[in-house]
Amino acid sequence: MSSFPLFPTEAVRRPVASVASNSPVRVLDRLAALPKLAEVMPASRLTVQPVPEMVPSGVREVDSLTGGLPRGCLTEVCGSVSSGRTSLLLAVLAAATQRREACALVDVNDAFDPVSAAMAAVNFESLLWVRCETSPPQRRRDTEKTNPKHERLYHRRMETPVEQALRVTDLLLQSGGFGLVVLDLGDVPLKIARRIPLTSWFRFQRAIEHTPTVLFVITQSPCAQTCAALLLKLSAVSFQQAAQTPSHAALLNDLRIETEILRSRMLRKPAQSATAAFSTKTVRAG
Amino acid sequence: MPFACIFVPDFPVEALLRTEPRLRSQLLAVLEGKPPLQKVFAVSENARRAGVAPGMTKLQIEACAGLAFRNRSPLQETAAHAALLDCAQSFSPRVEDTALDTIVLDLLGMDLLFGPLPKIARNLAGRASDLGLTANVAVAANPDTAELAARGFRGLTVIPEGKESERLGNLPVEILPAEDQESEPLLETLYRWGIRDLRDLAALPEVALSERLGQRGVYLQKLARGEVSRTLVPVDPPLVFEEAIELDYPLTLLEPLAFLLARLLDQLCARLASRALATQELRLEIKLADGYREEETQTGCVGTGALTRPGRAQARHRFHRTLRLPLPLLDSKTFLKLLQLDLKAHPPGAPIVKIRLAAVPTRPRPGQGGLFLPPSPEPEKLELTLARIAGIVGEDKIGSLEILDTYRPGGFRMQHFAPDNSLLQKHRATENKSHRSDRTPMNSSVSQCLGGELTDCSDDLVTALRIFRPPAAVTVTLCEGRPIFISCLKRKETRGEILWAAGPWRSSGDWWEQEGWARDEWDIAVQEETSIGLYRLVRDLLGGQWLLEGSYD
Repeated sequence: MSSFPLFPTEAVRRPVASVASNSPVRVLDRLAALPKLAEVMPASRLTVQPVPEMVPSGVREVDSLTGGLPRGCLTEVCGSVSSGRTSLLLAVLAAATQRREACALVDVNDAFDPVSAAMAAVNFESLLWVRCETSPPQRRRDTEKTNPKHERLYHRRMETPVEQALRVTDLLLQSGGFGLVVLDLGDVPLKIARRIPLTSWFRFQRAIEHTPTVLFVITQSPCAQTCAALLLKLSAVSFQQAAQTPSHAALLNDLRIETEILRSRMLRKPAQSATAAFSTKTVRAG
Repeated sequence: MPFACIFVPDFPVEALLRTEPRLRSQLLAVLEGKPPLQKVFAVSENARRAGVAPGMTKLQIEACAGLAFRNRSPLQETAAHAALLDCAQSFSPRVEDTALDTIVLDLLGMDLLFGPLPKIARNLAGRASDLGLTANVAVAANPDTAELAARGFRGLTVIPEGKESERLGNLPVEILPAEDQESEPLLETLYRWGIRDLRDLAALPEVALSERLGQRGVYLQKLARGEVSRTLVPVDPPLVFEEAIELDYPLTLLEPLAFLLARLLDQLCARLASRALATQELRLEIKLADGYREEETQTGCVGTGALTRPGRAQARHRFHRTLRLPLPLLDSKTFLKLLQLDLKAHPPGAPIVKIRLAAVPTRPRPGQGGLFLPPSPEPEKLELTLARIAGIVGEDKIGSLEILDTYRPGGFRMQHFAPDNSLLQKHRATENKSHRSDRTPMNSSVSQCLGGELTDCSDDLVTALRIFRPPAAVTVTLCEGRPIFISCLKRKETRGEILWAAGPWRSSGDWWEQEGWARDEWDIAVQEETSIGLYRLVRDLLGGQWLLEGSYD
């Protein structure tokens, strides 16, 4: 089987930091040791944050690394082209739709492939797809050229796809009831994605706090900063050609992806170097 | 056998007040006829006390301070009559449509359902008031006595059996029905004889009355005594829920239109609720102003909630919109918001002179779907959210997917997103399976629905393709028929040597149609600046173009 290394690195598994000190038993012990046990301790004075409920991502290796995706929090996945972000996205969507949760995908660049999603067992009846790509700017310039009156009368500016996506995401989160909301900024250029104001991310985070909604964001590089409770970086390690095929009938078979946790609010000590690797199969080879 | 009668005094006035309740405290006159020969057809109680009477000309009443007048609207009278029928049929299945302003109900057995007769009368009046009509309600042992009592006495009247003559005695003789040609001269004769009220008429000797006024006179006497007994002619009208309003001046802005639509929706929902029904389809029909010219629209204001659209001439007189919902709903606020969003996206294009709103009745959805259903968006909120999002991205850019049975690339279509139905059906199917299987534990559907455990499905992970819509045109350098270098104007980062290529994989189809397709597909690895990108390269065999269809990610 021929293999093409993309990054000559080895997947390193490191144990995830223990979270035993945050367990409910330890918290109760600490409370019991306090002198005035009869006093009611308000939640704001607790020394530990309640751990959010975790849901499976659909990828065993990612779940063993992160514990799953946290509900009521923002999860950001970053990576370059062909790093496995969309494969992970399809796995997450498949797992969520298999749990019969209503899901929404805000597709900024209209890049969603129905065939790949169908092969990944995504249930389309539970998935709301919002396609944000506007008409090309060239067309609008042509119209303004032929009829300058329209520019005066239609003075409302056309929104960019990112602006549309942010408004749509806000509407979906405020509406509530969705188990998973995905914001796919995977093909948005870095300089545009970084211009998304931090207030938007804070707003999204506040909208889903204390709700069962998982907000899953895909970007090329980290954008949500401290608003993301879980930040993963994906990179492709290698891809493999299918075995036992003649050279004129080669097939792209496996894509090996490495996942690294850059930040996790759920873990006691941020596991900066924790990684895991998983493989995906192409539709044709499957 | 008790009967009830609902009578709406000054019915044309009440029909108008249903859509303009703010006029209830003012003096109101309803005019009929074509100008300048308009005459007063009906007046409100306030206006009557101020000296305005039916038959006066418009010129005569214009001197009356504080008097509002409206043209008579047969459309609104029909809608008010339909509302009155709905109100009556919510209390009894046997209802007689006696007149436009009068409905008679058979209350036999209804006391077991709705309580004693005075309570039924109170509830009838209350229900009519909820529908915007102030009605007199009377209950008696026969329909004609109930009708006379409702016409003669204001508010609620209950006449015990045997007391008809005593209770009707004080009513004037004019209350007797006189629409036919026989009765009118008889009433004049009675007036000349000095008979002023029904007690005097009832006291006349029967034989002498019959000799002078004939059988019609005897009939009128029996009515006065409350002795007429007849059977009802029940009506079974079709279930049509329509409300309409005609405007005195054309409407050009969305905000006042929303105000009128809110009123119509409130009335429709109240009528549907009185029949324990909901609706899944709303039909809006708007009549546009005639003779609307293009140059007038150029100064219209777009973007400020206006209905006119610049540069568009009046090309039609009617404007139709249909709102279809995935589930039966009965929330007027939700309907209003959906209609507002729809009209904002599709404005009529000309001023509005008439509005008709119809609801297609259907059974309401059950309140509780299942105990262990996963959480899903509330249907009302979801519809509003979807309508708002459609206003941002376009109606064809939002929904759920349906893959079509074709090999053509891009073979899918968008359909309306309705998770409630699919989730509920799947849950019920799962529950049925778990009930049928003897070995499957009862809580299997619960664990499936909650899905709290980690799934073990990593073996089936699929390498996803990110599609470029539209595909990006590329320039490809070939060597011995295989691509070795690629450059793309639109995606500057996709430029470089092709390290590895798999293909070509040929596919074609629809050659028997006008839009046939044929293509060769390659999977390629391109050395980019900082990494290696995996792409799907396509050659269109019919056009000869090279296109970058997507990237493997």
